[in-house]
Amino acid sequence: MDALSGNLPALWDGLVVTLRLTLLALAGAFAIGAVVATARVSPVPVLRAAGTVYVETLQNIPLLVLLILAVFGLPEIGVQAGLFTTAVVVIALYQAAYVAEALRSGINSVAAGQGEAARALGLTFTASLRHVVLPQALATVVQPLGNIVIMLTMNTSLAAAVGVVELTAAANRVNLIEAQPIPIFVGAGVAYMLLASVAGYVTGVLERRLAIVR
Amino acid sequence: MTNLMAFARGKGLAAAKGGAPARLLFDEPGPRARRRIRVATVVASLAVLALLLLAVRQFAAAGQLDAARWQPYATWPMWRYLLNGLWSTLLAAVVSAALAMAGGLVLALGRLSSRRPVRWASAAYIEVVRTVPALLLVYVVLFALPRYGLDLPLFWKLVVPLAVSNAAAFAGIFRAGVLSVDRGQTEAGLAIGLTRGRTMRMIVLPQAARRVLPSIVSQSVGLLKDTSLGFVVSYAELLYSGKVLANYNHLLIQTYIVVALVYLVVNASLSKLARTLESRQARA
Repeated sequence: MDALSGNLPALWDGLVVTLRLTLLALAGAFAIGAVVATARVSPVPVLRAAGTVYVETLQNIPLLVLLILAVFGLPEIGVQAGLFTTAVVVIALYQAAYVAEALRSGINSVAAGQGEAARALGLTFTASLRHVVLPQALATVVQPLGNIVIMLTMNTSLAAAVGVVELTAAANRVNLIEAQPIPIFVGAGVAYMLLASVAGYVTGVLERRLAIVR
Repeated sequence: MTNLMAFARGKGLAAAKGGAPARLLFDEPGPRARRRIRVATVVASLAVLALLLLAVRQFAAAGQLDAARWQPYATWPMWRYLLNGLWSTLLAAVVSAALAMAGGLVLALGRLSSRRPVRWASAAYIEVVRTVPALLLVYVVLFALPRYGLDLPLFWKLVVPLAVSNAAAFAGIFRAGVLSVDRGQTEAGLAIGLTRGRTMRMIVLPQAARRVLPSIVSQSVGLLKDTSLGFVVSYAELLYSGKVLANYNHLLIQTYIVVALVYLVVNASLSKLARTLESRQARA
């Protein structure tokens, strides 16, 4: 236990980095995911194809490979970016593919009559998507999106493998000094579980709020 | 006039054959919408092209497109090395998938058990493991277990954490599969005098197994991606082989791009298989 309490500052710093990674990547993933999902349901074939290629590519390459490619590869083609920024961008791009798929399945679950009604009122493609289809789609995909949030939180730990000192890396460093693996790794695990349960709680509340009673 | 009529007939034919699917967000476009789609097509193509050109320019400016830097990947020894790595990746994935599925089945049956402690223990395992990163488990196996005298061989240092973490995911899949089987099936099994265990084994599980097949395949894609943690363990799977190769030939970008493409091909084929299985079941 001493090993845990004596190194709380280091572990706390790691937790803060994990939180920042998670929140920034989350914002990016939702923004990019919404754009990609829109492209995949748009009437423009080129955009649909580009969206499909994006999702297929990013979902089928391991995140660790993308992180390594970006962190070690980008400097070699003359793109200089900070380690933390690179990690945020890569995780956001990777999870955006999952967000886009979740949103698309939500959009597809909306009854076709809703879209027809929106068009009958004279709404354009984007207006009917924004005001009619997406609000209903979002209500059905709260749970999948919550799972993506948890998955993203877990995935930020991969940034440790390319040198970002977040919670997993901090725990590992403290353990290398203290050589007391059980309290330290259990402590880190509990911290991750707390983050995930917060995500789960928020998801539950949102789902009850947004549920459409028919 | 004749043109217009032929056009209308053609359209009617297409609609009759079900050629125009019911679309949620847009109808069969009229002349103005078609013009707008054409404009959007040109703009989008130009944007994609500009992005590609930008990337190619960056690569070329840094000399990463020189033929000499890509030449090695047209030779067999490089590929033999990477394919050996891929073989290790597949081996690790198959072994951890088998262990994770066995564990997942036990956990799923535990969650559905009529004994409360068993139910709670399984639920606790699933909840805890689902919310702990696989990398943390890898670190535990790498750095914590040896201190307690359990120093696993390299292969198992990768396979054990993956099996532990994926067992929870498979448990969720199996549980959903068992619950999706109609309750009447269990009742009928019990009514003809089978025990609970035999009803589960002979009646419910065979039906559940077919339904969860697509989910199992797509979860296996996730597991295959997780084997890239071999990079951390220094187990010579595909990604770690790439690292060794890049250290040796200093072709960092080229090597990792080739590695990424290999992952893409393997996983995209598996994902395609999952989709095929799913649509086949939707039809049945």
